[in-house]
Amino acid sequence: MIKVVLPANLRTLAGLGSVVELDVAAPITQRSVLDVLEENHPALRGTIRDMETKKRRPMIRFFACEEDWSDASPDTALPEEVVSGKEPFLIIGAIAGG
Amino acid sequence: MSKLRVLIGTRKGAFLATSDASRKQWKVEGPHFAGWEVYHLKGSPVDPDRLYASQSSGWFGQVMQRSNDGGKTWEAVGNQFGYEGAVGTHAWYDGSPHPYEFKRVWHLEPSLDDPDTVYAGVEDAAMFKTTDGGQAWSELPTLRTQESAPGWAPGAGGLCLHTILIDPSNHDRMFAAISSAGVFRTDDAGKSWRPRNHGLHSLYIPDPDAEVGHCVHRIAMHPTRPNVLFMQKHWDVNRSDDGGDTWHEVSGNLPSDFGFVIDVHANEPETIYVIPIQSDSLHYVAEGKLRVYRSRTGGNEWEALTKGLPQKDCYVNVLRDAMAVDALDPCGVYFGTSGGQVYASANAGDSWAPIVRDLPPVVSVEVQTLS
Repeated sequence: MIKVVLPANLRTLAGLGSVVELDVAAPITQRSVLDVLEENHPALRGTIRDMETKKRRPMIRFFACEEDWSDASPDTALPEEVVSGKEPFLIIGAIAGG
Repeated sequence: MSKLRVLIGTRKGAFLATSDASRKQWKVEGPHFAGWEVYHLKGSPVDPDRLYASQSSGWFGQVMQRSNDGGKTWEAVGNQFGYEGAVGTHAWYDGSPHPYEFKRVWHLEPSLDDPDTVYAGVEDAAMFKTTDGGQAWSELPTLRTQESAPGWAPGAGGLCLHTILIDPSNHDRMFAAISSAGVFRTDDAGKSWRPRNHGLHSLYIPDPDAEVGHCVHRIAMHPTRPNVLFMQKHWDVNRSDDGGDTWHEVSGNLPSDFGFVIDVHANEPETIYVIPIQSDSLHYVAEGKLRVYRSRTGGNEWEALTKGLPQKDCYVNVLRDAMAVDALDPCGVYFGTSGGQVYASANAGDSWAPIVRDLPPVVSVEVQTLS
């Protein structure tokens, strides 16, 4: 299972806990993880990436294994630790606003 | 016996306040959508337990919420707002062309005869409509694509369509107000729109009498007299007696004619309310005093209403969607401030008391009169 950590406002919106577990078919990429996340939790559509272009919203960041994956291609395979469920895929609201 | 439900949108969530018809004791509950900006909530006049809310965030974008039980529970509905056809440009602050970009829903106006139909005014300025209870939204594109639209420029708050009025006697006639473009009217349910700003005079635009470009902050009508409209413009309070065809100023003896809100007494169509703000640079009330001004003559002659409101050391603002009136007799008047206070008057403004004092900054206030 893929583990995804959401920012607090999105947990509240979707009625989820701190870690969301997803059954994602290979290949495990940003795109495939987010596709399943939005499919399972439709309230999140449009809050992480644009609904039509699938482009990441400007103030959202993606972290995994202490690396910033925000600007990586959405079709790049995520690290093995994320695929195995050992490490979570982190969706972060950018620090802004003081 | 009637009950009142006040719908309060704030910078950090939504709150609901309820009372019986005495309007003395209020129960406040919330926040709903904690941490999110809630620009507006409004209930269907056909089914008052059907509520809609606009929830947005600079991080996470736009979410639309619907309640079928008067705000006890909510469900997220459709949040896809795509402009129809060629997106085009509007004027940026420096006058350069800037592509239209959807940012948020400012105002929700439920249909007068169908709880599943709602109009939404959005930034960048356009009007959308749902006919399935908020699941799908489609643009009424002829407003945004009319000839003058490439020249519309945003006000300080953005290029927002912030007011929608539906004529109760003819549902095909609607008014939309845009900062800073002006008032537009449709007589065919949104198939076509015409600017309706003749008579407005704005010194902050190159041609003060231009057909479009006026920073209209709010318009209001009494349901029994839909041809009479009242307007709080950036500066100036105005009135139209011919459905927006022509306007004339009725600022009269107001201490400042800058402001955001304007509303009409529920039972007296010539009684109107504004809250003067000192200036467009200060954005707080004058002289440290929170004063509602009431005219019983449809403008020009105004009286200050101060009983129960702070009359020293007060420097709050009241934003354009943050005043409402109930349908009781005597009429109740409500408004919310940037300091998080929501005030209510159960006697048409003669005296005021806070419903709640310490909310996040208030963006919008609506009230439902429930039987």
